[in-house]
Amino acid sequence: MQITNIVVSGLGGQGVLKITDILAEVIFNQNFDVKKSEVHGMSQRGGSVSSEVRFGEKIYSPMVPAGEADILAVLDVTQTEVALPVLKAGGILITPDDVPLDQLKNPKALNTMILGAISANLPQLPEEAFVTAIENAFPEKLRALNVEMFKIGRNAR
Amino acid sequence: MKFFASGNEAVAMAAFDCGVNLGCGYPGTPSSEILDELSKLGGAAEWAPNEKCAMEVAIGCAYAGGRALVTMKHVGLNVAADPFFTIAYSGTPGGLVVISADDPGMASSQNEQDNRRYAIAAGVPMFEPADSQECYDFMCAAFELADKFRSPVLFRMTTRVCHSKCVLERRKATPDAKKSGSFTKDPKSNVMVPAFAKLAHRRMRADLKTMAQINEEGKYTRIIENSSEFGIITSGIAFQHVLDAAPEASVLKLGMTYPLPLDTISKFASKVKRCLIIDEGDPVLFEQLKAAGIEVENKAEEFRFGELNVARVRKLIAGDDTPDAPGKPGKPPQLCVGCPHRKTFEVIRDLGCIVSGDIGCYTLGVMPPFNAIDTCVCMGASVTVGLGMRHMLPEDEARKVVSVIGDSTFLHTGINGIVEMVYNRPKTGHVVIILDNRITGMTGCQENPATGYHLDLTPAYAVNFENIVKGIGVDNCDVIDTTAEPEKFAELLKTRLQSNDCSVIIARRPCILALAKRSKMEKK
Ligand SMILES: Cc1ncc(C[n+]2csc(CCOP(=O)(O)OP(=O)(O)O)c2C)c(N)n1
Ligand code: SF4
Repeated sequence: MQITNIVVSGLGGQGVLKITDILAEVIFNQNFDVKKSEVHGMSQRGGSVSSEVRFGEKIYSPMVPAGEADILAVLDVTQTEVALPVLKAGGILITPDDVPLDQLKNPKALNTMILGAISANLPQLPEEAFVTAIENAFPEKLRALNVEMFKIGRNAR
Repeated sequence: MKFFASGNEAVAMAAFDCGVNLGCGYPGTPSSEILDELSKLGGAAEWAPNEKCAMEVAIGCAYAGGRALVTMKHVGLNVAADPFFTIAYSGTPGGLVVISADDPGMASSQNEQDNRRYAIAAGVPMFEPADSQECYDFMCAAFELADKFRSPVLFRMTTRVCHSKCVLERRKATPDAKKSGSFTKDPKSNVMVPAFAKLAHRRMRADLKTMAQINEEGKYTRIIENSSEFGIITSGIAFQHVLDAAPEASVLKLGMTYPLPLDTISKFASKVKRCLIIDEGDPVLFEQLKAAGIEVENKAEEFRFGELNVARVRKLIAGDDTPDAPGKPGKPPQLCVGCPHRKTFEVIRDLGCIVSGDIGCYTLGVMPPFNAIDTCVCMGASVTVGLGMRHMLPEDEARKVVSVIGDSTFLHTGINGIVEMVYNRPKTGHVVIILDNRITGMTGCQENPATGYHLDLTPAYAVNFENIVKGIGVDNCDVIDTTAEPEKFAELLKTRLQSNDCSVIIARRPCILALAKRSKMEKK
């Protein structure tokens, strides 16, 4: 039974939960079993935030065990060292250095660009499903921008 | 229909589908989203000033025949414990379900008390869901059980269950018809004077015996028969970790964890050579099984602290009770840039005050560069703890003591402290600063009785702090924006500290996230 574990880390206000929500929705719509977990509490901005998504045929614990993440994406490089123990040996690390930041039109859309990079490593999830989920997740005037950033992230490297 | 939903969303859906007449609560992580979700679904939901008020409004609703839901975080039940213990005797005809959202590991709390003990202490049946599906199913079961026994039901969630999302089937296609209100005079059941309470207590204990029998039927229990060598008894989120960590084990997973199905447990325990209990928090299951003479192995003391996870469950099973190596700490939360509390704390710090603190965003004033909170116990304690310090300290030290309290916290349990202040005045007087940022910030910007809006954002009467404290009888009350006028605030505070007055200073300026919320509301 193959389980895929994805962890996204960053700082409060960067939209970490937004992209794991989108990711989980895509997975849910593809009829996988999926769980998502994070600890959110305080509303203040700037503290560490980490969110975990697991999917496969059947998922039990909603938390990714240390050293078992297939993909770790960080939205802020300061969080790399904090989050790294969750990544498995040979797992994929995605940081802002891995996406073309010069093409980032709005710093707030870094999250969708990173989501693009994550999606490139998940061939079992179709690109159109991501685009639809992103369109549903943003208000009208932010849709085009976020889809564009997603695609740039997806086609990076 | 299938949904991908958090535990909090799931209980809201279930309560709505059970035709709940009213949801009341006081915000507190990890429970805060439940009532917002209920309201979004179209259910009636309100924020009360504190958990005791919420519980009592719900009790009244259920006395009048309604189905009522109360939500709070674990420490909230301490505040609401008084009505909780007695409603356990009397019960209500309408059906009352009390959600306690515990926080093992203290992601966002001042302690990690295990509220399963409240079920035992009060004699109230309890459900413990392990994921969003069980949140939905057990909430429906809770209302059914409440109806059958006219008993309140405790619904014990934990941070991971509240906030993790998973796939769930919303089983009721159409919501139950809502009950209509009616009141039948029945003082023997509803008036807890000693003569009637004596009868009610006996009835409650007898009902618990019947409920234990119902629990033996297995509706709320899952048994996975595997190894005869090794069995695990578990409940709540720990069940999920167990399935990952020990796929070979036999498992007894309890859903209704008070009153326990002792026969079922005893039978399970006798079938396996090693029978280990794996639950988060205090040894609540172990103590009950031990008392019932069922031979089981308890988890090591180390695992009573914090959350469990798959790795910790593996260690627990292997008998390895060495503490986990601490990871590199993340960046702690800080007061937002532009937060109105910042200037207030800078001034207080520079005046060298001894600060009796309270609970809210402003507790972060304990961190550098402010270092301006010296005590923090529980909500409302700032005022009264400050008074106690004033009584005890030598005069020159006593004059440095100030109490700081947020607007929501003041309304929660701070008002009583002002009454205490003017009644049992310290010789040096006292200074209370209400940090009025016009919102319940810490828990996600919920409305409160002073913001002018209800939970569903319809306009509401706004309680006026000046009138309250003047009415109680403080010597003076000033309102100031400390960010706009820091020097004036410093002068004012100095003057008040030097006098023997009982003073209140209201530091008023909106939280920046509250401002964002308001501008969003205007756009709609
Ligand atoms: C008894 C109890 N109920 C609820 C909570 C959760 N809680 C912590 S702070 C807080 C609200 C703080 O609001 P406010 O006093 O307005 O301060 P702010 O966060 O806005 O600065 C709440 C509800 C708690 N810790 N204890
Ligand atoms: S959420 Fe509001 S009160 Fe809390 S730190 Fe931010 S600005 Fe301050």
